[in-house]
Amino acid sequence: MALGFYRRLQRQRLKRRSQAPAAAPTTVSHDPARCALLVLAHPALHRSRANAALLEAAQARPEITIHDLYQNYADFLIDVEAEQQRLLDHQLIILQFPMYWYSAPALLKEWLDMVWLHGFAYGRLGTRLRGKTMLAAVTAGGDAGAYRPGGINRFTMAEFLRPLEATAHLCGLTWAEPFIVHDSIQMTEASRRAAAQNYGLRLDEAIAALRS
Amino acid sequence: MNTDRVLIQALVYLAASVLAVPVAKRLGLGSVLGYLIAGAAIGPFALHLVGNQADVMGFAEFGVVILLFLIGLEVRPALLWTMRAAIFGLGAAQLGVVGLCLALAAFILRLPWQQALACGAILAMSSTAIVLQTLEEKGLRRGAVGTAAFGVLLFQDLSVIPLLVLLPLLAVAPVVVATGPSGLHGGLHGWLHAVAVLAAVAIIVAVGRYLTGPVFRFIAAARLREIFTATALLLVIAVTALMQLVGVSPALGAFLAGVMLAENEFRRELEADIEPFRGILLGLFFITVGASLDFGLVARHPLLVLGLTVGLMAIKAEVMTRLGRLFHLTRADARMVGVSLCQGGEFAFVLTGFVITAHVLPAPLGHLLNAVVAVSMVLTPLVFLVHERVMTVPERSDGPRPEEPAFDAAPDVIVAGYGRFGQIAGRLIEANGFRTSVLDISTSQIDLLRRFGRRVHYGDASRLELLHAAGAAEAKLLVVAIDDREKALELVETARQTFPQLVILARAWDRRAAYELLAHGADAVERETFEGSLALGRMALERLGVRAHQAHRAAAIFRRHDKRLFEKLRPLWGDEEGFILASRQSAMTLEKLLAAEGLGQQGEEADGGWSTTSLKKEMEAQDGD
Repeated sequence: MALGFYRRLQRQRLKRRSQAPAAAPTTVSHDPARCALLVLAHPALHRSRANAALLEAAQARPEITIHDLYQNYADFLIDVEAEQQRLLDHQLIILQFPMYWYSAPALLKEWLDMVWLHGFAYGRLGTRLRGKTMLAAVTAGGDAGAYRPGGINRFTMAEFLRPLEATAHLCGLTWAEPFIVHDSIQMTEASRRAAAQNYGLRLDEAIAALRS
Repeated sequence: MNTDRVLIQALVYLAASVLAVPVAKRLGLGSVLGYLIAGAAIGPFALHLVGNQADVMGFAEFGVVILLFLIGLEVRPALLWTMRAAIFGLGAAQLGVVGLCLALAAFILRLPWQQALACGAILAMSSTAIVLQTLEEKGLRRGAVGTAAFGVLLFQDLSVIPLLVLLPLLAVAPVVVATGPSGLHGGLHGWLHAVAVLAAVAIIVAVGRYLTGPVFRFIAAARLREIFTATALLLVIAVTALMQLVGVSPALGAFLAGVMLAENEFRRELEADIEPFRGILLGLFFITVGASLDFGLVARHPLLVLGLTVGLMAIKAEVMTRLGRLFHLTRADARMVGVSLCQGGEFAFVLTGFVITAHVLPAPLGHLLNAVVAVSMVLTPLVFLVHERVMTVPERSDGPRPEEPAFDAAPDVIVAGYGRFGQIAGRLIEANGFRTSVLDISTSQIDLLRRFGRRVHYGDASRLELLHAAGAAEAKLLVVAIDDREKALELVETARQTFPQLVILARAWDRRAAYELLAHGADAVERETFEGSLALGRMALERLGVRAHQAHRAAAIFRRHDKRLFEKLRPLWGDEEGFILASRQSAMTLEKLLAAEGLGQQGEEADGGWSTTSLKKEMEAQDGD
């Protein structure tokens, strides 16, 4: 019985999908003054220092909407419509996360998988994100020397971020120069503060670039 | 006739306190001063609305007894052990050094040394009632100041017994019989008296340890609140009577009884039951102190009384402050302890009466002492005020004071109802390092949990006093997990009104109860069967061959959908009659919900991200071109 429903449900879903390619706008409260969306993916923000410092710098800027993925989707069940609308509402998309195994934390990947859909973000009809800018802000435990051909990690940070760069390219977004904080585990309070300050300047720059 | 007199007396006392106390509090004078002023106004030396205070005084001292019992309830034996330095170190030092200083002062004022010593010992006592009440009002009772002051007061209480034995030895004239104020021990001597005291203490310890538990459990099982209260009062009165019989301070006995019950599961309920009596009787006590103020004596020798009082308070405060510094208190704390303990105590009245009959002091001197003590009590709240005004600035410069939690630390979370539901929530909260205070009304449940080593208190959480006793004023969060629906509503409402800072999370029987709880002030609710049913449904999907992750997502989508629907229907519930909701609710079966899921946009996301259907179509179209 239940299985029957399930199958019927899936059939209806498939039918539905072909009929309605684009998501209808939902009631996402949006402040038009905010042109930048910071998508934060940090599963242990309470233990973070580097990312927390960066976040503070971003929070100080009224143009930025902070969207904390692990706080909003603790169950990994992403609200696709709401997320797509959120993307549409902003011009600058900042992805801020710590680097785990040379990649983003799982929920950021889930978010990309679920929200950046064919027909919305890419594909012949998927043009909704074109013209926006993507800025990756990444903290890494190793120092800059580790991320180079002879270093322990063998590749540069730019190389590790290529999947994101390619995503931006496929979807027609401008790929901004990523903001990288190295040595996030051992860094002193002073250098953390300096990094946050630089981040703030970088964000201001990116926001200013939207307007020109 | 007699009843009339009692009624009129009660009328006068109550009217005086109802008028004076709120006004005094409003003026920032504190309730103690309010009571004292009320007492002075109605006393025989002013308006003369009430007569001899001796009867009322005896009754009112019971307030002090209850106060000590309640304090005892907060002091687990282990805690008492950690306070030994404050009690036997600072306490003994206070009585010895302050007593000697005062005796020296009296000696300088040309009293014979025996009388000087007696005066010193009597005046070294401080007022437990005033000090603890005031410290409580100022929120200082649990910190370093509270612990030190309480230790000293406890030692003073303890030393009343040996003082009653030793003071008669100072008699100038030969003593005929060294009788105590009253009671059995008058006829006993030396070791026999000691044996009687030890036996009484042993009885209290044994009864408190072994008998009260079963008795309270039996009474609680009957669920008669007034009998529970009566039993609690009976306990305190029995202890008082026993202690008076052997001539020991009843307050001390009550304290001991309290300590014995501190680990009892009924502790919170006992506290809540007895608390109102404490308040009223303590108020009465302060009134009688105010009323017994002999304005005649004060009027005849105003400078003498005032001079002696100021001298007494100055010496006590200064010496105590220095002692506090010796015992490693910070300067501000030591000063606070000194100021709080600077008045004469209620035991002074008892001891003066006693030493006059024992011919240690001449009666006029005794009356003078009483007047000085009473005036010092009246002045104490004023001294507190002055101290605060003058000392706030330097006190701040000492930096933040580290608060040592001498008493049970305030809980973060109160869990009301610790059955099938509350246990899981409570354990999860506790396992993550938050302090909880747990209340349950089922004695068998408490028994069971105690066998597993969990501390659970007996009590009906919908009672305001009990919430107070459990620490609701300081807690951050209240979990309402009781299964009695009416009681749960009542509890949520009471807690919301009284403790606006509390976040209230409530267990709801069903959707309807959930709306009701929210309407009564709960911040969030959880329908008790919702998550469990969802988990079972998901399990069923898996057994039907749906892949586990897909089943998990189906359940999660269902949850989200249902929660949104719950919010959407919420205003509807308030406006229209419940039956609309009920009908909608019954129509909203699982089948319809899932069907709606499929029809709505929600369905898109179920596997949208991993679907290649549309991509495949586009590719096919391109290939076709």
